[in-house]
Amino acid sequence: MQTLSNLRRFIQDSFRLMIQGNNYYYLWVAFLLLLILAGGVAYTSQLRHGLIVSHMRDQVSWGFYIGNFTFLVGVAAAAIMLVIPAYIYDWEPIKEITLLGELLAISALVMCLGFVMVDIGRPDRFWHIIPLVGRLNFPQSLLAWDVIVLNLYLLLNWFVVTYLLYCSYTGRHYVKALVLPLVLFSIPAAVSIHSVTAFLYNGIAARPFWNSAILAPKFLASAFCSGPAILLVLLQVLRKTTRLAIKDEAIFKIAELMAYTMGFNLFLTAAEVFKEFYSGTEHLVFIQYLFFGLKGHNALVPFAWASVATGLVAFLLFLIPQTRKKWLTLNLGCALIYTSVYIEKGMGLIIPGLTPDALGEIFEYTPSTVEVFVAAGIFAIGFLVFTLMLKVAVPIMLGEFTLNRGVLPNVE
Amino acid sequence: MNPEKPLKPISECTPCASSDSRRLFLGTAAAAVAGALTGCGKLSMDEFLQHNFRELSKAEIQHVIARLEKEYQEKYGKAVQVGVDPALQGVIFGYALDLSRCIGCRRCVHACVKENNQSREPEVQWIRVLQMDKEEGVNIHHADPYYAPDRVPEEGHFYMPVQCQQCKKPPCVKVCPVGATWQEKDGIVVVDYNWCIGCRYCMAACPYGARHFNWGEPTLPVEELNTATHYLGNRPRQKGVVEKCTFCIQRTRKGLYPACVEICPTGSRKFGNLMDPKSEIRYVLENKRVFLFKEDLNTQPKFFYFYGV
Repeated sequence: MQTLSNLRRFIQDSFRLMIQGNNYYYLWVAFLLLLILAGGVAYTSQLRHGLIVSHMRDQVSWGFYIGNFTFLVGVAAAAIMLVIPAYIYDWEPIKEITLLGELLAISALVMCLGFVMVDIGRPDRFWHIIPLVGRLNFPQSLLAWDVIVLNLYLLLNWFVVTYLLYCSYTGRHYVKALVLPLVLFSIPAAVSIHSVTAFLYNGIAARPFWNSAILAPKFLASAFCSGPAILLVLLQVLRKTTRLAIKDEAIFKIAELMAYTMGFNLFLTAAEVFKEFYSGTEHLVFIQYLFFGLKGHNALVPFAWASVATGLVAFLLFLIPQTRKKWLTLNLGCALIYTSVYIEKGMGLIIPGLTPDALGEIFEYTPSTVEVFVAAGIFAIGFLVFTLMLKVAVPIMLGEFTLNRGVLPNVE
Repeated sequence: MNPEKPLKPISECTPCASSDSRRLFLGTAAAAVAGALTGCGKLSMDEFLQHNFRELSKAEIQHVIARLEKEYQEKYGKAVQVGVDPALQGVIFGYALDLSRCIGCRRCVHACVKENNQSREPEVQWIRVLQMDKEEGVNIHHADPYYAPDRVPEEGHFYMPVQCQQCKKPPCVKVCPVGATWQEKDGIVVVDYNWCIGCRYCMAACPYGARHFNWGEPTLPVEELNTATHYLGNRPRQKGVVEKCTFCIQRTRKGLYPACVEICPTGSRKFGNLMDPKSEIRYVLENKRVFLFKEDLNTQPKFFYFYGV
């Protein structure tokens, strides 16, 4: 009974924290709500008319939605980048950051599931994919695998975070025998969500651009850059706006790890480029379309080169200690990495996979206004979820929000 | 011969008319929510809860067919028969297409559309005829599906119609997350339009561009509706689901030729039972120079291309 009333109070107090804040907070939340509203309006039109309001067609049957989905699975997987050093090597400065990484993973997964939902033609038949209730084609379909691992990973992260925060809130120490195995399990789980997502494309022999064994390692390498890039910026914001103390040392260490993974990612790209151009088979057309355009169609070309260039510059900025340890160049590097991976893992992966199409037609795809608005709405939902979770989590982490004392008056 | 028109270029497609005017009373809240989700207020509880076709009992199938026939009657004002003929014993269908005879007239494309009740706007076609350069041979990167001269065949070109290859190892079936598409005993790969969730993974997996999606609400003029249908074949489709060639399952399981075979003015198209040693298709396979499209992918098509002359 005591537990139940504690839990009720926890939920009530958390809710109170979420609806209180300074003007910046309200402005930010209002901005997100506005984007969600715009996305909702766009999605309503898509529901009414069908996916014909997108610019996808039979030739390019996946586009902006699935590109964003793929990128965000990487962001979700990247949470382990922080879990590994924190728990395995017991490296203290990163430990408190891990929780934030897991919150980011939850938000990214919410967005992932949102992008899948808006991409399917019959959202009313969503239940067909629920195991036992519907008919999941497991283990044949990699999409069935993805449904399972993504939801498991979401559940896992959600449970660990909620449990740790709740223990902190009630002032009890968490049960290590429960948490440690779960956290350790989350490491292979994170690797698996991203590998499975890579295999989803990798296993399709009909699309030579995806049918390459390098895809899964490349997915992991690029995810380990992009996820932390978001976190590094966030950590600096939290340091400024809350009393959360995050050591410079931790930030620089993460940036160093990112330099290595970005270097590896660039190497894998180079390996792929070499193989395609040197062997020069008829499969070359896809990477040609990406980097040079085909028969006058070159919508992706500037983005493809921008992705390589930003990745390279960011790699150097993070590799050289002087620029890594300077806030201006560090943050510039984060922005460049984000840009690079967003292009590479999003449109830069999906579109050349489908262009030219299976019968050689070049159908040039660019997202429609509806697609852009719906995507903006989903990103806003993700950021809103993240913001609200942080609003509760940070005061708990700081000991400013506990069962006994409630919310300290000066916490906004 | 004068060729029929190709598929309209993509840019001319427009969103379909809104289905607002068709709002009907909804039985239950669940169906109402689902109806709102699809933007089509017609979804009945029965339709919403219908299970995968392969899991339905005989009684359930009868119930579903009765419901569908009633719905089509209401929608088109015409009696539509929805058949469920199973695969014939000892039959595996095979198809052969003579590249040396095809003149690219696209009669097959339009006969297929009429027979199989494809949406006219947005336009869906299951057969795609590729005009290829004789100099290049079979090379999809030198193919033009939108050729539209006054007369065909054109000098220096040959024509390669592509439709579902009815693979023995269909990649589209393997990837479907909900088992909405499968291979029947007679080798035909079918789709349960009432179970497909519209994720389009099968379209990405198909090496032949044979799968087509209903991007908008399919439109089908009542006077052009073919009322002899099959549940797994040419019954009218819905928005948001995938469809494909079924070797005219509604005809071939009754012993008829597919519509494309029947219409072909040059006799380029051969169809029959691969299990029957005396069939024409077996004769072609045993005596002609045959090749498989994208053979390296090991999809093992039951659609063969050959050079008759």
